[in-house]
Amino acid sequence: MSARNLPPVYNKIAQHAVFPKMNHDERARYNFLANLNKHLAHVSQGNKTAFENRVEPKFEKEHGRKIATTKELEEAISKDAHYQVWSSLRRSTMEMRQQAGRSIVLRQAEELRDKVNALNAGKDSLVLDDSVEVPPYLLACDNHIMPGSYHTELIKDDVTPAANYDTGLFVTTAGLLGRYSDGGGKAIVSWVKKTYPDFNPKRILDIGCGMGHNVLPIAKAFPNAEVIAIDTGAPMLRYAHARAMDLGITNVKFMQMDAAKTTFDDESFDWVQSTMFFHETGGKSIYNIMNEVYRVLKPNGLTLHIEQPQYTDDMSLFEKFIRDWDALNNNEPYWSKMHDIDPAELMASSGFRKEDFMQIGAKAENDLDDGTQKADEPEDHGRSPIWNVFGAVKN
Amino acid sequence: MKDEKLDYIKLASNKPKGKRPYFHNDPAVERVLNITMALAGEVAVMRERMDSIERLLEKKNVMTREEIENFVPENKEQEEQRQLWHAEYIGRVLRIVQQEMEELENPDKSLEEIANDINEM
Repeated sequence: MSARNLPPVYNKIAQHAVFPKMNHDERARYNFLANLNKHLAHVSQGNKTAFENRVEPKFEKEHGRKIATTKELEEAISKDAHYQVWSSLRRSTMEMRQQAGRSIVLRQAEELRDKVNALNAGKDSLVLDDSVEVPPYLLACDNHIMPGSYHTELIKDDVTPAANYDTGLFVTTAGLLGRYSDGGGKAIVSWVKKTYPDFNPKRILDIGCGMGHNVLPIAKAFPNAEVIAIDTGAPMLRYAHARAMDLGITNVKFMQMDAAKTTFDDESFDWVQSTMFFHETGGKSIYNIMNEVYRVLKPNGLTLHIEQPQYTDDMSLFEKFIRDWDALNNNEPYWSKMHDIDPAELMASSGFRKEDFMQIGAKAENDLDDGTQKADEPEDHGRSPIWNVFGAVKN
Repeated sequence: MKDEKLDYIKLASNKPKGKRPYFHNDPAVERVLNITMALAGEVAVMRERMDSIERLLEKKNVMTREEIENFVPENKEQEEQRQLWHAEYIGRVLRIVQQEMEELENPDKSLEEIANDINEM
């Protein structure tokens, strides 16, 4: 077998008690979509070529100057045939992924709900609160073009939004986050253990935990810590809790709460973590949430936030544009605005000292990496498990 | 919230909230491409199923995959059946191209015109 860079077959994904049942063709459909995602990541390089060889020269000829803004760039490139077909195929692939996932989980919605309920029954480590409102930024559109987003319940005690998310993340990322899609959480644990070998957090807060895939490695790495994971989506929390129970991780309490207005005491956590969360919030909420992070963090406490790579000054207009493709065409709209915020300023506005701000790069730890996933893989903007981590130690 | 069986076929294909972007100048191109890609996916699913069947048949010593690889039609009848299948298949898939060609060769009146004609018949 040649060392071609192929996505792992779908059956490599880790199973757990509440993972949806999938038949042969459903797995095959996901195999097709993972390969299609990978293919389109490669074909994406053609956008740059088309831009440089066709779009930019044409614009310069017509206007007698270079393209000055991403808006101008978008207008110009949207007429290019390669960009059109690439975009159209990429959007189509994402829609197919949602359709495929939903057709798997919705046909077994009640069975999944019953399994989750059985695992959650009588446990005080799942705290739902129906007075918690879904924040307006999550109601404005369905993130990741998931119909119904994280919160919609089609049956009583529905868990299908989380189950759908769980089945599909492996496909969208072509398996690069590992068998449990927890490569982000694992990466942060490794960095923290290496950088602060004596750090022994007693209480850890994970905000915007979703189905809990990134908080579990943290809880596992610090088994004596009391870990609390919050989210506003009840379906996500139900599923996350049942999933954690089945995977034998019992030191996480999942609570329905808005990260902008938590009920925790001041200075009550040693570590506040978020993973790929802030870019799914909103322009005012992001400041409110950071204020909460500062408030609940103990002095000398650590906070880290895994996010999409920031725009940098040396980044070309084209790169900024293509990095925003998912933001506008795969429904993650705030991501396109968050670029305008300097994370150091964001943290400083909440009280963190500027000199305590830190920024590091992180790459997913992938338990499926067998060496065939070559380093020269083109970056699939918005999908590659290569992130920016920002944070601080509170002083 | 009623706890009744979900219409999962319809629900699975729901649109997400947020206006859908169209990338081609004509939305019809987008539409056709999306249907075509869905079909491409189903062909891939079928291919994977065939692969499973072949491997299982081999594992159970019914035949080997090599036999399948090396199989060629064994008589004239089989040759014709195979080629006929391809011809029919292509005719089906490329129906619209054939019909546009027929229209070029023999331009039609519109149905409105025909209705007016018939009204005089």
